Amino acid sequence: MELTGADIFVESLKAENVDTIFGYPGGAVLHIYDALEKDESGELTHILARHEQGALHAAEGYAKSTGKPGVALVTSGPGATNAVTGIADAYLDSVPLVVITGQVPLELIGNDAFQEVDIVGITRPCVKHNFLVKRVEDIAETIKKAFYIATTGRPGPVLVDIPKDITAQKAEFSYPEKVHIRSYNPVVVGEPQQIKDAVDLLLAAKKPVIYTGGGVILSNAANELTEFSRLLGYPVTNTLMGLGGYPASDKQFIGMLGMHGTYEANLTMNKSDLVVAIGARFDDRVTGNIEKFCPDAKIIHMDIDPSSISKNVFVDVPIVGEIKNILPALIDEIKARGTQPDADALAEWWKQIDEWRAMDCLKFEQDDKEIKAQYVVQKLWELTAGDAFVTSDVGQHQMWAAQYYSFDKPNRWINSGGLGTMGFGLPSAMGVQLAHPDETVACVTGDGSIQMCIQELATCTQYQLPIKVINLNNGYLGMVRQWQEFFYQKRYASSYMDALPDFVKLAEAYGHVGMRIEKPSDVEGALKEALALKDRLVFMDFITKKEGNVYPMIPAGAGQNEMILV
Amino acid sequence: MMRHTISILLENESGALSRVAGLFSARGYNIESLSVAATDDPTLSRMTLVTRGNEQIIDQIKKQLNKLIEVVKIMDLAEHDSVERELLLVKVKAENSVEFETIKRVVDIYRARIIDSSKTTYTVEVTGDQGKVKAFLHAMESHNVMEVVRSGALGIARGMTALKL
Repeated sequence: MELTGADIFVESLKAENVDTIFGYPGGAVLHIYDALEKDESGELTHILARHEQGALHAAEGYAKSTGKPGVALVTSGPGATNAVTGIADAYLDSVPLVVITGQVPLELIGNDAFQEVDIVGITRPCVKHNFLVKRVEDIAETIKKAFYIATTGRPGPVLVDIPKDITAQKAEFSYPEKVHIRSYNPVVVGEPQQIKDAVDLLLAAKKPVIYTGGGVILSNAANELTEFSRLLGYPVTNTLMGLGGYPASDKQFIGMLGMHGTYEANLTMNKSDLVVAIGARFDDRVTGNIEKFCPDAKIIHMDIDPSSISKNVFVDVPIVGEIKNILPALIDEIKARGTQPDADALAEWWKQIDEWRAMDCLKFEQDDKEIKAQYVVQKLWELTAGDAFVTSDVGQHQMWAAQYYSFDKPNRWINSGGLGTMGFGLPSAMGVQLAHPDETVACVTGDGSIQMCIQELATCTQYQLPIKVINLNNGYLGMVRQWQEFFYQKRYASSYMDALPDFVKLAEAYGHVGMRIEKPSDVEGALKEALALKDRLVFMDFITKKEGNVYPMIPAGAGQNEMILV
Repeated sequence: MMRHTISILLENESGALSRVAGLFSARGYNIESLSVAATDDPTLSRMTLVTRGNEQIIDQIKKQLNKLIEVVKIMDLAEHDSVERELLLVKVKAENSVEFETIKRVVDIYRARIIDSSKTTYTVEVTGDQGKVKAFLHAMESHNVMEVVRSGALGIARGMTALKL
């Protein structure tokens, strides 16, 4: 049967089992919105964000919490450029997204038409791939390719730009069952010789450490990681993106590493003789000064993306492939050898690590005067039994959430790690809540970040999303202020928020419940009350210590063993 | 900083070239020369790209190129026995017959060809590797060079080694 391009588009999404689209209409996508409206299957729900950036982050939250691709639909010109931050965010955190942008009619492309922008050109450096569809006959296949590319190999955002006239033209619809792209064949299984070489190093190590990142979660390999780590008995540290990939409550877990990682994690890395990197990419926030990074260690690196290997740090044994395939292959090889790791050396190593652990670097005292942000996060963790979905924005609150909310399960910690996008927290929480309507979703944010996408409070009203917003309000752009305190002699240039809105009234204006919590003794009760309001968004404005700092901290350019502790 | 000539087969689609060029500018790699055209298979373009970098940078360049969806295959000619040619067109102004004669002599020495002439100019075509092209330009320095056009290097592996699907 002949369908219009817009109908073909809708049918293609259904064929991909998409259930939720996040978007914002406009001229170039009117045919598509009309087709969505006319579709009576009930299979597709469109969520109207209040800004395209919000739509994109919501799609990311949906994707990060489900492992399924997120889908966003925006119009041409400003709709498309507003989406760019979300696209770049998804690119850096390897989030599978399919983003559809409307475009001016084909014949107007290049004419500086109304709401025209070369979005394919603009996004080229921050997408995994993008397409401009030029024929109505190509829509279905392009959508198929977009989902295939976004979700396979190292996941990432794929943009499909569709001119308006194409969506009105008609063509025969049949959705391709599979797609072959001759130039795109991700390696999924680890090279057998590399597996053997890795096991040689694994069994010979005296001071090993397992360092895992977001790749474990993206590859859905948390169980395999746990089995692998327990078989060896080695310490495990996670990157910011990797939290939840290994149960934080397990005794082998030594915390997050990197700039605000634990003392024990960073020292264990620094003094190790073998780093087992799994789905992590040796980001500068993890390595600190690269010259001083793990000076005595050999490195095994497992990653789906060959270009991540030996990019920042020379790797001794690379294994390219899906983590989910590589870890079982390593487990089998270790078992087949019948050799155990050196038990005496390992006991000695753990003794050392436990001494570092005894520093208790995350310890803090909550007095009865001003609320400490750490205390709020810790109470949130206690009251949700560590089982909530937690999104965050970017800054001090993000680090405190990462440090004090211990994740035992993957896909529950949703934050913007690579791009560091303020404004990510609230909209991403919408995507998470829509995908998990019965779960507790908390957005840990700050007074700076929350204002970057605050308009999404309206979206939460429209779709009745009972998110718990935990605003750690210190009146400052806290992380900026902390750097200014440490490295700019306390010259707090533009980091003080002099005109904060009344967040309680603001929440109420949007139809939500607002709470202001000013005393430490009220924290627990307020959180309990908010969490009990299962069907309401509660905006909790915690007035916290004004000049609190995130510790430990490795200053930029310092080595892993050069931490500021208090 | 080793010089590497990298041959790239890529989909003959609009935007493919700018993905490659964009990759180099975005990641701070340098492009010494770049030459691209369709191949005997009209669905494929072949690009010859000359770049410089240490081992680690060249390794990254190759991996990043392979990551581009439209890049089908690449070959680093530095890893193979290969030949390289560049085409150079130079327009030189001459005031009198003595000058024309001197230019003609240099052209003969370099086995270049005069492909166009006017009352006051010669246009010379030179084909050769980078060394020859540079040497010829050097030899022309004492003359009145009006215009220089270089194609950038083209490279191909010797013998049975071939970059194809």
